[in-house]
Amino acid sequence: MKAHLALSLAWASLWHRRCVLALVTLTLTLSVTLLLGVQYLRTEVRQSFTNTISGTDLIVGARSGQLNLLLYTVFHIGDATNNIRWSTYQGLTGDSRIDWTVPLSLGDSYRGHRVVGTDTGFIEHFRYGRDQALSLSHGRWFDDVFDVVLGAEVARKHNHSLDDKLILSHGGGRTSFSNHKDTPFSVTGVLAPTGTPVDQAVYISLEGMEAMHIGWESGVAIPGRTLSPEQARERNLTPDAITAALVGIERKVMTFQVQRQINESRAEPLSAVLPGVALSELWRIMGQFERALLGITGFVVVISLIGLVAVLLTLQAQRSREIAILRATGASPGLVAALHVIECMFLAVIACLLALLLGSGGLTLLTPWLLEHYGIQISLRPLAAPEWIILGSVPVTAAVVGLIPALQAWRQGRRQGLSHGADE
Amino acid sequence: MTKQTPSQTICSEGNQCAVTTSGLGYQWPHSNVELQFPDITLKRGEHLFIKGPSGSGKSTLLSLLAGMLRPTSGTVSLLGEDITPLTNGQRDRFRADHMGVIFQQFNLVPYLTTLGNVTLPCRLSTKRHQRAKPEPPQEAEGLLADLAIPKSHWHQPVTRLSVGQQQRVAAARALIGHPELILADEPTSALDTDNRDRFIELLLTLGQRAGSSVIFVSHDQSLATHFDHELFLEARS
Repeated sequence: MKAHLALSLAWASLWHRRCVLALVTLTLTLSVTLLLGVQYLRTEVRQSFTNTISGTDLIVGARSGQLNLLLYTVFHIGDATNNIRWSTYQGLTGDSRIDWTVPLSLGDSYRGHRVVGTDTGFIEHFRYGRDQALSLSHGRWFDDVFDVVLGAEVARKHNHSLDDKLILSHGGGRTSFSNHKDTPFSVTGVLAPTGTPVDQAVYISLEGMEAMHIGWESGVAIPGRTLSPEQARERNLTPDAITAALVGIERKVMTFQVQRQINESRAEPLSAVLPGVALSELWRIMGQFERALLGITGFVVVISLIGLVAVLLTLQAQRSREIAILRATGASPGLVAALHVIECMFLAVIACLLALLLGSGGLTLLTPWLLEHYGIQISLRPLAAPEWIILGSVPVTAAVVGLIPALQAWRQGRRQGLSHGADE
Repeated sequence: MTKQTPSQTICSEGNQCAVTTSGLGYQWPHSNVELQFPDITLKRGEHLFIKGPSGSGKSTLLSLLAGMLRPTSGTVSLLGEDITPLTNGQRDRFRADHMGVIFQQFNLVPYLTTLGNVTLPCRLSTKRHQRAKPEPPQEAEGLLADLAIPKSHWHQPVTRLSVGQQQRVAAARALIGHPELILADEPTSALDTDNRDRFIELLLTLGQRAGSSVIFVSHDQSLATHFDHELFLEARS
């Protein structure tokens, strides 16, 4: 009966002060949303990160740091320092320890999306997530020189369908002024969404890449030297160089041996990196940042709880009469104090519920944007244990800080005679 | 220093007494004077008027009678039970079960409705709940009707009531569940003369009906005519 009375009184009291308290609850809601969001996103982003590439044993490129190599080959961020000669790549292909190779030729773009020159090995050997292969949602993989296959997001964003003609741009960047106007590419397939940077790129053959650059040796198109598609088809379109290669090793135990041999190659300065190691190094760097972020948002929650207590203490001044009435009616100082703790907890629970709503709503809206701009796939999932702990700790902390006004009310209730504090 | 009118009745048997005090004194913390109070003896169902100017310790005396303060000397017996040695919690319980209190003003919990305010004592005390017949809401409605609170206000927040109405709602809260004692601390000081007399008449009549003793504190001598007994507290210099 007492508990029921305390709860209903606390609720009525909150409702009575709803205008003032709505603002502090909003502050608390936002900070809890932030905290929960950061915790949620960091798990999701880590998952998304480690899911970006799998099944590839080595990434080979011109000599550079492993992060740089990983970033430009897999995440399409940044540029290659140099190319690999075609002959060197041929050498890798011929190595008996190597099971498969996939060439990657980068440097051009389509409306801000990377153009990846590769071959059929890409669709056969590229894996992401838990060893998932790529698949085409429409059409087929390219086989002609001027065929292009689109990543799911590219097709969605620009509303492309099969047989659309695409003009690719020279160089990277969202707006390029030099376009390969003479060599339009025709869409033959669209990849199924993967939630990885694969969705953000368009794929053409190495020959296509070579063909559209004839006459572009100086970096811009020289009139009269570029070829029409018909002329290009008659040329030998074997490239001189590629940017990087993905390598699968026949027997995994040989991986380190092959890596070392490539790293020490005398023919050309090359780097071979283990994708898993590079990913975890990348995550270590990001991890520092995300832990700091989590700490900061924790403080934000603490700050808003302090704000809550400040407001409750201010309201306290107006509550001395109410405390006097409750005491005179026979309520113990303990009950009066309990009201304050319960009110604090109520507010925190409301803030948590709102934060859940806001968080799930926000994520739903944010997901496409994250996927589009960062290639990070965030899915709505039930909360994991650490998130429940964070969520549960908010009302508990609120109850603890609620003890401050509660203690004051308790003291006031005990000290006060049968009258309003003022006329003691 | 203090005097009590000769009409004071003596109740010899403890259970017939509403209030008995002897040698009551209280010293506030941070004060070096102990307030001394005259002995009070009041039979159940009879009403007492305590008159005293401000600073005479009226509120302190009421706080001692209500068990909110523990006397520094002397004893307070209510309904034949010495409440002086009781713990704070036990005195709170005793107050919840046996007392109704009306303040000068601001008597109502702002976030409860009129009915919510009146039935509050029944939610804090099982005894008051049981004595409210047939059920607290019905008794509360009866009291509100007797006290001329318009029905339209019963389920409304109390902030919409006039001062006079608020005091009458406070009276209903004090009366619900038939407590043996009603303590009223200058409840009429914010009311005009007409309202004041009507309030006192209603309070005493309804108190009589509920079998409650009303102890009424005021500095206004003219109110004494309504009461069986009176007690004067003199100003301290």
